[in-house]
Amino acid sequence: MEYRIGIDVGGTNTDAVLVNENMELIESVKVPTTKDVSSGIFEALNKVLDKSNIDRKKIKYAMLGTTHATNAIAERKRLCKTAIIRIGKPATEAIAPLVGWPKDLVEAVGNHYYLIAGGNEFDGREISPLDEDELGKIAKEIKGKVESVAVISVFSPVSNKHELRAKEILQEVLGEIPISLSHEIGSLGLLERENATVLNAALVEVARTTANSFKDALKREGLTEATVYLCQNDGTLMSIDYAMRYPILTIACGPTNSIRGAAFLSKLENALVLDVGGTTSDIGVISQGFPRESSIAVEIGGVRTNFRMPDLISLALGGGTIIREENGEIKVGPESVGYRITEEALVFGGKTITATDIAVRLGLAEVGSKEKVKDIPLEFAKRAHAKMQEMINEAIDKMKTSKEPQPLVLVGGGSIIVADEVHGVNEIVRPKNFGVANALGAAIAQVSGEIDRIYSLSDMSREAALNDAKQRAINEAIKAGANPESVDVVYVEDIPLAYLPGNAVRIRVKAAGNLI
Amino acid sequence: MKKDIEKIKKIDVQVVEDIAVGAALLGTGGGGDPYVGKLMAIQALQKNGPVELIDVENIPDDALVVPVAMMGAPTVLVEKVPSGKEIFKAFDNLQSFLGKEVYAVLPIEAGGVNSMIPIMVAAEKKLPLVDVDGMGRAFPELQMVTYHLYGVSATPMVLADEKGNSILLHTISNFWTESLARNATVVMGGSVMIAIYPMTGKDLKRAGIRNVISYSVQIGRVIREARKKGEDPIEALLEVTGGYMLFKGKISDVQRRTTGGFVRGEAHIDGIDQYKGEAMTINFQNENLIARRNGKVVATVPDLICTVDAHTALPITTEGLRYGQRVFIIGIPCDKKWRTEKGIETVGPRYFGYDVDYIPLEELNRG
Repeated sequence: MEYRIGIDVGGTNTDAVLVNENMELIESVKVPTTKDVSSGIFEALNKVLDKSNIDRKKIKYAMLGTTHATNAIAERKRLCKTAIIRIGKPATEAIAPLVGWPKDLVEAVGNHYYLIAGGNEFDGREISPLDEDELGKIAKEIKGKVESVAVISVFSPVSNKHELRAKEILQEVLGEIPISLSHEIGSLGLLERENATVLNAALVEVARTTANSFKDALKREGLTEATVYLCQNDGTLMSIDYAMRYPILTIACGPTNSIRGAAFLSKLENALVLDVGGTTSDIGVISQGFPRESSIAVEIGGVRTNFRMPDLISLALGGGTIIREENGEIKVGPESVGYRITEEALVFGGKTITATDIAVRLGLAEVGSKEKVKDIPLEFAKRAHAKMQEMINEAIDKMKTSKEPQPLVLVGGGSIIVADEVHGVNEIVRPKNFGVANALGAAIAQVSGEIDRIYSLSDMSREAALNDAKQRAINEAIKAGANPESVDVVYVEDIPLAYLPGNAVRIRVKAAGNLI
Repeated sequence: MKKDIEKIKKIDVQVVEDIAVGAALLGTGGGGDPYVGKLMAIQALQKNGPVELIDVENIPDDALVVPVAMMGAPTVLVEKVPSGKEIFKAFDNLQSFLGKEVYAVLPIEAGGVNSMIPIMVAAEKKLPLVDVDGMGRAFPELQMVTYHLYGVSATPMVLADEKGNSILLHTISNFWTESLARNATVVMGGSVMIAIYPMTGKDLKRAGIRNVISYSVQIGRVIREARKKGEDPIEALLEVTGGYMLFKGKISDVQRRTTGGFVRGEAHIDGIDQYKGEAMTINFQNENLIARRNGKVVATVPDLICTVDAHTALPITTEGLRYGQRVFIIGIPCDKKWRTEKGIETVGPRYFGYDVDYIPLEELNRG
């Protein structure tokens, strides 16, 4: 029997699970998330291995979903000094790079940007040839001054040639410096893609140290046979090499892991997922087994980007949410006792009424001591619970895409506070092991490939364009390590481009498959 | 009835934010994402100071006024951001061809990008901006302006791209202008800047739709203020526009297809709250054209059919329509210049290929 380990870092807890090759859960642990994140990961890893007692050489895969990248951007720490090279001049001169960035974040990445001639039109023609001489000069100028480079060419999702050539020229002068190419990071929308590419370039060092210290920790624990993967925010995995090139894709992988774990545990391909933690809840949607993506520009660290993110609604309601009465009205949160729930909640002998206490008082859940909440008036508990339920009903309804009732999967440690009836939901699934759905989501993750490009339908049919896009996505998935036989196309979208004759259409396809 | 428009005299950065929202609403789903246009306008205002907004009445009859705009696909504009020089090339070339100083600039339509370009030009050229446009909303083709109804020629016009190319067009009709300029736009890379419909102050007074910029500001402002005060922004929006609530619902399907260079499609919306159990379909060609509730037409072009987010009252473009969004559909009466025989012939439902008679919004929703 072979095994895999999944670890997921949450705001309150870091969870680790061990599963076997049939994807059965063998062992799970929860430890508090630490400020440096890494030591919590090592502790969770150590504990789950200690508890399970299996031959460590039989662990073939170790998957990590972590918040290192998110934290680095939020704290403006450990970010690489990055040169930004935008190819497209004379187009794009009207708006300089880093416009709209918070000042401290601009300082953290350095203010090195260059605009040079090149770039493409929407149909692939060149705006102008790439200015290779200028690029050579820039390379000499930035040598030794930056640790990472971001290259952004106009319409690179249509033609990536100028970005690829720029990389070659830069490497001739700069050697093996990390270079982030925008066509690999984001979709159409130059400024948003540029922002995402610069953030990605700035995160390269964070990704490298995170991955290396995880690898070292695995070695220390004797997991010499394990291949290491990092989780990305679409519910699939990246190899370490890949993660060091695309660290931004790890952002928001936590909620995604919960959604994937919920899909796995419930065996549902399409459902709503409510993940209730200690302080907040996330509501997401499983669509064909994967999280539904957000379709709007998303802000990361105060910067507008367009790279893919899971579509989520967050709610200030969790197991530790504080319930009180003010002027005859019941207030639910937004304050929470968080990880101190085991000391402060009534059921655990504390003095604060939490959402969990209300659930226990009403007989919805059995945790701690039921005796200790019997003094909460039943009427008060009922009113408080009605209010909590109303918050959930409203948020669920917002996420629904059709009036048909849908199943709802409840996961996360705090999900015991939810009653058995939610509006617009025809079935509530509370899977076994719901408390570690996130780490399970990490452990069972697949690998994927994605493409987003514009096709001109004047010389090819829509069908041919879709097939070409699908094949490219499948190839990307195989390149990322998927077993070719298991790869499926999981997402297709085509949007015609407005106001132009010539039938240009933008096609996005994602394919995913199991690890070899 | 629509409230009286409070005229404003000056455009600064805060006003730009309000115009972006107001004009996107009047854009009735067209006009694209205002982000790039807004950044360019804000940079120009920060560099040159506020722009003076003048009333049509204050323009001498013989003065030359010129609408400036972006033409092409908004999706191209957000990727191939302009150089910032193309609009001035179009403007300068037209001015020098005409051999006369331009007195003021103005927008051709209300919408995400095209409300912003004239502000940028006015700021950089230190010219006044006229509180007027040629649509009072957005439309997809160049002849779909009230100037056309009054016999103003779209040409001479200049198109300019970021590479430095420019074209001076003379045509025999405004339909030829649309067709030649549209094809040139594709060859030039899908997004160009134009200076078009040069005309006299006298013509603008006859043919323009007045106070549209002030109106956009007012719409943007009431939505912003209502949200800030925690009041219902939809209520405020209906009050300021004299609009009709046509529907509230959740988008259940969006179909799009490209024909003749335009995105045509339809959105299906399932009713919620007071519209529970009912259904609405909206046909669009970049802009929203026809709204049917339970199969019955409740609004048609040229009246404005606006889709707004049910919570924030912020307008949603047809490109931004997605499954599951909760929306209000609001109908707003168009300018009376469109409700003439030539107006309906130019922009009525039949021009867009629908076998539907134009009946004013107020009549369709009486009682």
